[in-house]
Amino acid sequence: MQWEIVVGLEVHTQLSTQSKIFSGASTAFGAAPNTEACAVDLALPGVLPVLNRGAVERAIKLGLAVGGKINSPSIFARKNYFYPDLPKGYQISQYELPVVEGGSIKIQSGEVERVVRLTRAHLEEDAGKSLHEDFHGMTGIDLNRAGTPLLEIVSEPDMRSSAEAVAYAKTLHSLVRWIGICDGNMQEGSFRCDANVSVRPKGSDKLGTRCEIKNLNSFRFLEKAIDYEARRQIEVLEDGGTIQQQTRLYDSDKDETRAMRSKEDAQDYRYFPDPDLLPLEIGEDWIAQVRRGLPELPQQMRARLERDYGLSTYDAAALTGDREIVEYYEAVVEKLPSDPKLCANWVMGDISGYLNEEGKFFDSCPLFPAQLAQLLTRIKDGTISGKIAKEVFKQMWVKASAQPVAWKHSDPGPDINLADQIIESQGLKQISDSGELEKLVGEVIAANAKSVEEFKAGREKAFNALVGQVMKAAKGKANPAQVNEILKKKLTE
Amino acid sequence: MSLSLDDVKRVSNLARIEISEDEVRTALAQLSDIFGLIQEMQAVNTSVIKPMSHAQDVMQRLRADVVTEIDQRESFQSIAPKVESGLYLVPKVIE
Repeated sequence: MQWEIVVGLEVHTQLSTQSKIFSGASTAFGAAPNTEACAVDLALPGVLPVLNRGAVERAIKLGLAVGGKINSPSIFARKNYFYPDLPKGYQISQYELPVVEGGSIKIQSGEVERVVRLTRAHLEEDAGKSLHEDFHGMTGIDLNRAGTPLLEIVSEPDMRSSAEAVAYAKTLHSLVRWIGICDGNMQEGSFRCDANVSVRPKGSDKLGTRCEIKNLNSFRFLEKAIDYEARRQIEVLEDGGTIQQQTRLYDSDKDETRAMRSKEDAQDYRYFPDPDLLPLEIGEDWIAQVRRGLPELPQQMRARLERDYGLSTYDAAALTGDREIVEYYEAVVEKLPSDPKLCANWVMGDISGYLNEEGKFFDSCPLFPAQLAQLLTRIKDGTISGKIAKEVFKQMWVKASAQPVAWKHSDPGPDINLADQIIESQGLKQISDSGELEKLVGEVIAANAKSVEEFKAGREKAFNALVGQVMKAAKGKANPAQVNEILKKKLTE
Repeated sequence: MSLSLDDVKRVSNLARIEISEDEVRTALAQLSDIFGLIQEMQAVNTSVIKPMSHAQDVMQRLRADVVTEIDQRESFQSIAPKVESGLYLVPKVIE
């Protein structure tokens, strides 16, 4: 039988606020244990939560970016369960009337383009951390993370493969960073995915029983966990079994999922509106103000890059993978509007490549857009060849890296003429004097009688070999098009 | 809706409240009374009344996103039964 995989994702994004969602304690990562856990986070008697405006604002941003509905009033609820890293005995979350309802995200996975509908996005507080290592048979509790604001973004079961789930997670990851509500740091747990996976016979429109895989903190694990889980469910069903609805954990060492808790002892969270928190009102004027502050969104920007710069869908998508990249790119194009494609190639290719190698991102790129633009201008006006440009680029990179200035939208930066200085000081200018070139070509023809003969006998390859020889004699500084022309002329004389 | 003894036991277990068999019976009777009251109230026609999620008809006040708390770990941990390396120690929990 042909099976279809059905996936829905719940993503917990940690919001990039300075302080916690219900207290004034810091959310900075990596502090010494319990130094950022105040009386409210510890749930000491008599404390009351006070909602952080910054957390609500970030939720509104997401809602507007996905075209969802912003609820007003929106209500906070208690989700009751017992665990030592949850000192109150309940987590403040949202049940009815979350801040955001509906909306959608468009994804591209290979050839498949799909609109994934969102169910909701709700605000909640994170729990603390339990450390089960060696504390004489006891568990250590660090409550620094307790009360950190989370926005849980829940999708409909609209994805049909692990690849689509990864495409969705990546698109969402890029979006939350783009609109500045989450730093997206997966190692630090700022972006965590739970996957709801089920399978059904292809063509069926009934959903199968699902299993939820918890806490997938990398795109690779997300993909592998879904693949494993789908295989497992198909095997069970093909052997005549049935799927138990349960929560499972992915073990990356063994590349398998295993049951965490099953439905029989399923938790009953007994949600009810939190009497400590009044209904949250989000006025039209506040929504309008947040809307005005939203940047141009990736989707719109992609369309604009394709339309205004004639870039391919692929290039436009790659450039808008990150806001820093496209800002850098547009700063380069501003200086060289005649060739947006050349700019794209260098930004995505050389700059990205060098940054990757050094583990840096575009916001700390040592080379300024204007500096790159000058180099590309020198290719365009024929001063240097593309090949020499790579060499000049390498030297520019080294020189720029020695300066302590990194590009931070403060173009133009220092040393605007860096490319020209290198080209000038090392004599890398292309030989444009045709007399000099003709002399070189003549010498090469005289020294390579065999290739000349082969060419005359009709072998095109021999011609290329001769071009290569001329380029070599010119130390790469000849214009290949010009060499072709002169060589052709001389050989057919 | 009528409540059974098992319902009361289940809820007390979920709430981690240990109650004796006698207390279960007392709680059942009391909870049933409360449920009866709710049932009576539900007979009232509320079709034109907007539901409230809070007893007071006021909206949540918000605070600015500013860090206002300082580290008071030492004072908080002075009343904790057991601490080590800045962590609160609790009986081992592995789910």
